[in-house]
Amino acid sequence: MAQQQNKLKLYSYWRSSCSCRIRMALNLKSLEYQYIPVNLLKGEQFSPEFQKLNPIGYVPVLVDGDVVISDSFAIFMYLEEKYPQIPLFPSDIAKKALNIQAANIVCSSIQPLQNATVLKYIEAKVGPDERIPWAKFHIEKGFEALEKLLKDRAGRYATGDEVSMADVFLAPQLHYGTKRFNVDMAKFPLLTRLNGAYSELSEFRKAMPENQPDAPLA
Amino acid sequence: MAAKDDPKLVLYSYWQSSCSWRVRLALNLKGISYEYKAVNLLKGEQFTPEFEKLNPLHFVPVLVDGDVVISDSYAILMYLEEKYPQRPLLPSNPQHKALNLQVASIVSSSIQPLHMLSTLKYLEEKVGPQEQLLFAETNVEKGFHALEKLLKDIVGKYATGDEVHMADVFMAPQIAMATKRFKIDMSKFPSLSRIYESLKALPEFLESSPEEQPDAVM
Repeated sequence: MAQQQNKLKLYSYWRSSCSCRIRMALNLKSLEYQYIPVNLLKGEQFSPEFQKLNPIGYVPVLVDGDVVISDSFAIFMYLEEKYPQIPLFPSDIAKKALNIQAANIVCSSIQPLQNATVLKYIEAKVGPDERIPWAKFHIEKGFEALEKLLKDRAGRYATGDEVSMADVFLAPQLHYGTKRFNVDMAKFPLLTRLNGAYSELSEFRKAMPENQPDAPLA
Repeated sequence: MAAKDDPKLVLYSYWQSSCSWRVRLALNLKGISYEYKAVNLLKGEQFTPEFEKLNPLHFVPVLVDGDVVISDSYAILMYLEEKYPQRPLLPSNPQHKALNLQVASIVSSSIQPLHMLSTLKYLEEKVGPQEQLLFAETNVEKGFHALEKLLKDIVGKYATGDEVHMADVFMAPQIAMATKRFKIDMSKFPSLSRIYESLKALPEFLESSPEEQPDAVM
């Protein structure tokens, strides 16, 4: 059981939902970390220092001593293995698979289809009025899928009564989806309930974009 | 696929689905026999009530292992890694393990969703057939540039060394699709080309190829 020997460093952007996932995971596992902001709007992800850490220029990146890991899924799995003391996976292998599936609905079916790059493309090729409908369509499609997937399996949280991977990946998406793209949350009673449960967790609140050191002052 | 005994695993798959291909390849590499059940996506068989019970998201692949039903190729592969640890697809070294998971994420989140049929169909309605093809090609190339950067100092015979790992399982079908469907110029990606040449020589890869599947239409 690893004690936290080095201070973890997290390269993050306040608004990045992928970074938010890891901020949540670290908080849930009571792991202290140094927050190092990477301003994506200013292109700081292309600096030589950051390129050395992640040649693709994405956040988040976790540094744990000699180990450097990019990609929220890979970082999450690393944290689960290295710091198992507050597990974010259920022990049942089928439930674990359910968590990964739910996380991947967010990672693969929602977030990549409504991230800033794709929206910019849609705006340029179709028009500024298409931006929100495009994002809304893909988010709602993913939310429908999650609602179906989890409806008979959710407890207090997404896959039971303990917070787990599905919640960590879902919470930032719910936060992002509900606020920006006119997503009709009335269609998603389970996700609405989960969103309410997440807002009561201090570990989640502390991880939210607006509470990060690099968030612009309101 | 010759079974030594009655396969207890069932894989719902579509011959041309690159996500199904990943799982077929992994099962072959691990020497696990399975029953192949075709789901004809063109005929809409993913929307039948029976399939909806297995996967409310209507995606293939779906793995059934006794009572356990798992959808999403990433979730299936992580399940197989844990339940059937023979011939491991993830290295034990944490840095290399994380790198494999990162490559898998790049393929499954940053590349494949942006060229899958449902995305392109929606895009075609908005921007037209030429433009949607360009969108697909642009995103495949962007993803390949990222993978090339990430792997160039680590690549051996395969993606992350001299053994086939998870990164290869995700990359092989993706590269095959890129060359056959999108005519991507692979000379721009020497590391990926090299990896692909090695993988193409594997019988497990050939046996998992679309053309070799029971539902292939030649």
